[in-house]
Amino acid sequence: MGTVNPDVTILYDSIRWEEKALLKAGEEKNINIQMVDCKKLALNLENDPDSYGVVIQRCVSYYRNLHSTAALEGLGVKVINCLNTGIFAGNKLFTHMLLKKAGVPTPDATVAFSKDAAMQTLETHGYCKVIKPTVGSWGRMISKLNDKDAAEGIIESREKMYPIYQVHYLEEFIKRPPRDIRAIMVGDEIVAAIYRSSSDGNWKTNMSLGGVATPCKVTGEMQEMCIKAKNAVQGDIVGVDLMESEEKGLVVHEVNNTTEYKNTVRVCKVDIPSLMLDYALRVEK
Amino acid sequence: MLKCKECDAEIFIPNDAVQGEIVTCPECGSSFELAKGSDGFDLKPTQTVGEDWGQ
Repeated sequence: MGTVNPDVTILYDSIRWEEKALLKAGEEKNINIQMVDCKKLALNLENDPDSYGVVIQRCVSYYRNLHSTAALEGLGVKVINCLNTGIFAGNKLFTHMLLKKAGVPTPDATVAFSKDAAMQTLETHGYCKVIKPTVGSWGRMISKLNDKDAAEGIIESREKMYPIYQVHYLEEFIKRPPRDIRAIMVGDEIVAAIYRSSSDGNWKTNMSLGGVATPCKVTGEMQEMCIKAKNAVQGDIVGVDLMESEEKGLVVHEVNNTTEYKNTVRVCKVDIPSLMLDYALRVEK
Repeated sequence: MLKCKECDAEIFIPNDAVQGEIVTCPECGSSFELAKGSDGFDLKPTQTVGEDWGQ
């Protein structure tokens, strides 16, 4: 803390390229930016909050992100994204249900609450499927279940883990080109989008796993789907992930509430940090 | 330049570095957080990935 009457607070727990770019953009635009390390933050929940302006939530830890948003929002501070977005977008099952309700095409999925139930539904509906933790990021613990042997082993190991991993979220494996799309939305606009192509034969396309970014042209269809997806999770600034299904066309499989955008800025040459700050100042007023 | 606390190699600190930024040793791959020191920055051991980290 320390900045007097900040316009914007960047709440972080690790300064990556994205957070540094926000700080730089703020300096260039003469915006009074306060950087707050959430690891050093103690919030008295009974008192009026310190001065934050509008908070851009950038904590990379899911639990720190969610709980600091809950506390600040509860104290009356405007946080981007809001608590509901953190809850909804942070959970793949919650997102799935909201996308369906909003009429956004998304991969078919089944949730099973024990190993036996999961194996039974897999036997009934067939392979291959993708098993995902409902809460998790960067492609961690997402596995392709090609057959019964793979499913038995993977699901059995999850039965020994923390209870969230015993909620078996099984998604259809989408036949698609070896890439997906990340669209960065600031308000109701896709400000830039990239293809994320998988590398070294990996079926996952996450940048953290070596995916390669190239610019993606934004279409009217994408724009319409992404607005619906963003609104479904009550988001302000989000990253919407889409796949190009051979059968279904575009489908949304994830909405990211603390989206990374380093590679999108690099390949699309769009000043996303600056657009984020402009948006934050607009919604505060 | 700062000395890596693990392997003593030199770690380049950019001119626009900010407190809290993560830097990585080019030799051994150890990561550190930049903390305010008496004369510029010090290197502080840091967590670089957690079970619940992501976006």
